[in-house]
Amino acid sequence: MPCSDGTGSEGMLSKDTQEILMQAEALELWRGERCLFRDLSIELPEETVLHVSGPNGCGKTSLLRVLCGLSEPEKGEIRWRGRSIRNDREDYQQAFAWMGHLNGFKADLSARENLAFSVSLRRKTDNEVRNNILDQVGLTSAADLPCRVLSAGQKRRLSLATIMLSAARLWILDEPFTNLDAKGRDMITGLLNSHCASGGTAIVAAHQELGVEQRYLQHLEMEDKS
Amino acid sequence: MWKSFHQFASPPHFYRLAGYLIPWFGVAALILILVGTYGGLVLAPADYQQGDGFRIIYVHVPSATMSLAAYTLMATAAGIGLIWRIKLAHAVAAAAAPIGASFTFLALATGSLWGKPMWGTWWAWDARLTSELILLFLFLGYMSLRAANDDTGKADRASGLLAVVGVVNVPIIHYSVEWWNSLHQGATIIKLGEPAITGDMLWPLLTMMVGFGCYFATVLMIRARSQVLQRERNSRWLKDL
Amino acid sequence: MSGPLSGFGVVLARDLRLAFRRPGEMANPLLFFILITAIFPLGLSPEPELLRAVAPGILWGAALLSSLLALDLLFGSDYEDGSLEQLVLSGHSLPVLVLAKTTAHWVVSALPLVVVAPLLASALYLPQEAWGTLMLGLLIGTPTLSLLGAMGAALTTGLGTGSALLSLLVLPLATPILIFGARGVDLAAQGMDPVGPLYLLAAILFLALSLLPLAIAAAVRISLD
Repeated sequence: MPCSDGTGSEGMLSKDTQEILMQAEALELWRGERCLFRDLSIELPEETVLHVSGPNGCGKTSLLRVLCGLSEPEKGEIRWRGRSIRNDREDYQQAFAWMGHLNGFKADLSARENLAFSVSLRRKTDNEVRNNILDQVGLTSAADLPCRVLSAGQKRRLSLATIMLSAARLWILDEPFTNLDAKGRDMITGLLNSHCASGGTAIVAAHQELGVEQRYLQHLEMEDKS
Repeated sequence: MWKSFHQFASPPHFYRLAGYLIPWFGVAALILILVGTYGGLVLAPADYQQGDGFRIIYVHVPSATMSLAAYTLMATAAGIGLIWRIKLAHAVAAAAAPIGASFTFLALATGSLWGKPMWGTWWAWDARLTSELILLFLFLGYMSLRAANDDTGKADRASGLLAVVGVVNVPIIHYSVEWWNSLHQGATIIKLGEPAITGDMLWPLLTMMVGFGCYFATVLMIRARSQVLQRERNSRWLKDL
Repeated sequence: MSGPLSGFGVVLARDLRLAFRRPGEMANPLLFFILITAIFPLGLSPEPELLRAVAPGILWGAALLSSLLALDLLFGSDYEDGSLEQLVLSGHSLPVLVLAKTTAHWVVSALPLVVVAPLLASALYLPQEAWGTLMLGLLIGTPTLSLLGAMGAALTTGLGTGSALLSLLVLPLATPILIFGARGVDLAAQGMDPVGPLYLLAAILFLALSLLPLAIAAAVRISLD
């Protein structure tokens, strides 16, 4: 079946002074009979938000999962600061934080416990820091409720809290705006801006505009190939 | 060396090579099995204890050997596929499983047929029969896991992992069953094919074993070729064929 | 991050805490173990001689079956709520993390069996000399069962096939444990030295501990692909 080329290198500004953090080269992924993308290359310097957009089912989530190292691409290679992530999986994983469709919280644990667990897998934090973050995302009053009773939007906010505490250089966010109210969406925009300002970088799959400052923004438009 | 290995592992090359080899192995299997059958059923003398009943070993022993060989081959191919990401190796492993399961079933069926006149029962908890039974379940588990995965790539890797773990376990299972059996039944039961065997009984057996081996290779290549066709249905070399 | 084992404690603590939040579910394998053991005298006969003879097989068979019971949740619930992918991407060595999860599963589902085994053994008229062998055998045999079960669980996670396939994958591989475990108890019950099968169980446990976490980790990765 025909499979057109990805458009990964379009819209890339040359930012000579910046370090290239991540490079993906000639990625190709099939799902059953469908080629989701082929020859897709990405170059991600620091202080960048890569906005991945495209119609439903075009492979945004699959691409993000490949970039995380969750899925194996058919072809191609991903490098983090020049080193293939296949050889340095754990190093790479410590450098990024992933927010998928599923939040990854246990229904039986409280918001506070979930946050403590997620963060403690990555680094040591004290209660105060965690409480501050819970306050920032507006979950103070719900912090001791089990996640089972939290609304979808509240879980999304908790997810954001883990991302903020991860101290990761690269954020990979899949549809972060889902279920969030206007205030929550603005919060993500603000977070992305300040993340870039402090030298970080992010890959965000979303249908809507991210609203981040133009100088940080890059686009990757994916096509539906079915 | 490495390059030629990968070249061999390329689907088009394998497809052509197997297509060339299949008739040769097929004819060899046919001749050897015919000769072995004649030798085993007609030329070989009857066993002084078991009479003509012993002649079933000419099917039983080769199928039991082939069942183990098939499992080892399947696990080796799956291991190669997992380590070096060679899809052809996974195709070979997938092709080998049903053949191996059939050989295992044949070994169990013939063992049971032999058991009726010898032991007076269709099934005895003989060490080898029990090991074969567990082997059958290992094959069935591999095939079910493969069938449960919709995605071929995932099916390859998951079932391949199971085969590799299984092949480490097979000697342990075999040993434990032998030990269990020796503890409980002693040497009262005659073990299949174990009594001293004379030359004119032996050569048909060896012929049958080689014949079964050739037959296995033939069917394996036919099945692997169809696996390759299925997996490569979108590729260019196949459309040029 | 402090050392490759830091993730072990964190995951172990979380899984244990989760298990204790649902004490009802936690008791299931134990109840199942007791029930299976109780079913055999009903089906066979209350004859002490007979029960004494088959007790090692019944107890070990029941332990094997109850070890399969809660397995589909071992990775299944983490898979469904997304915490499995967070674990995989946490930057820790995945074999260590799955070993932590398996350990938690063993503590919750198998350790209680070891404790109540003598009670059931006495109900089946197993002589007292064999109780120690039974407990020791279960103590070193059930971790292997948990590891094999975890591998089966990881291979079937996300397939939606239920526990039938899981049992088909795990039970054939677990036969040596059953054989050595039950035979050890048998030997002890007959007043013979059970140390041989116990050593074999220990050897298999070391083999399983060194190889299976790698296989489980690989299977978890495959399930998320």
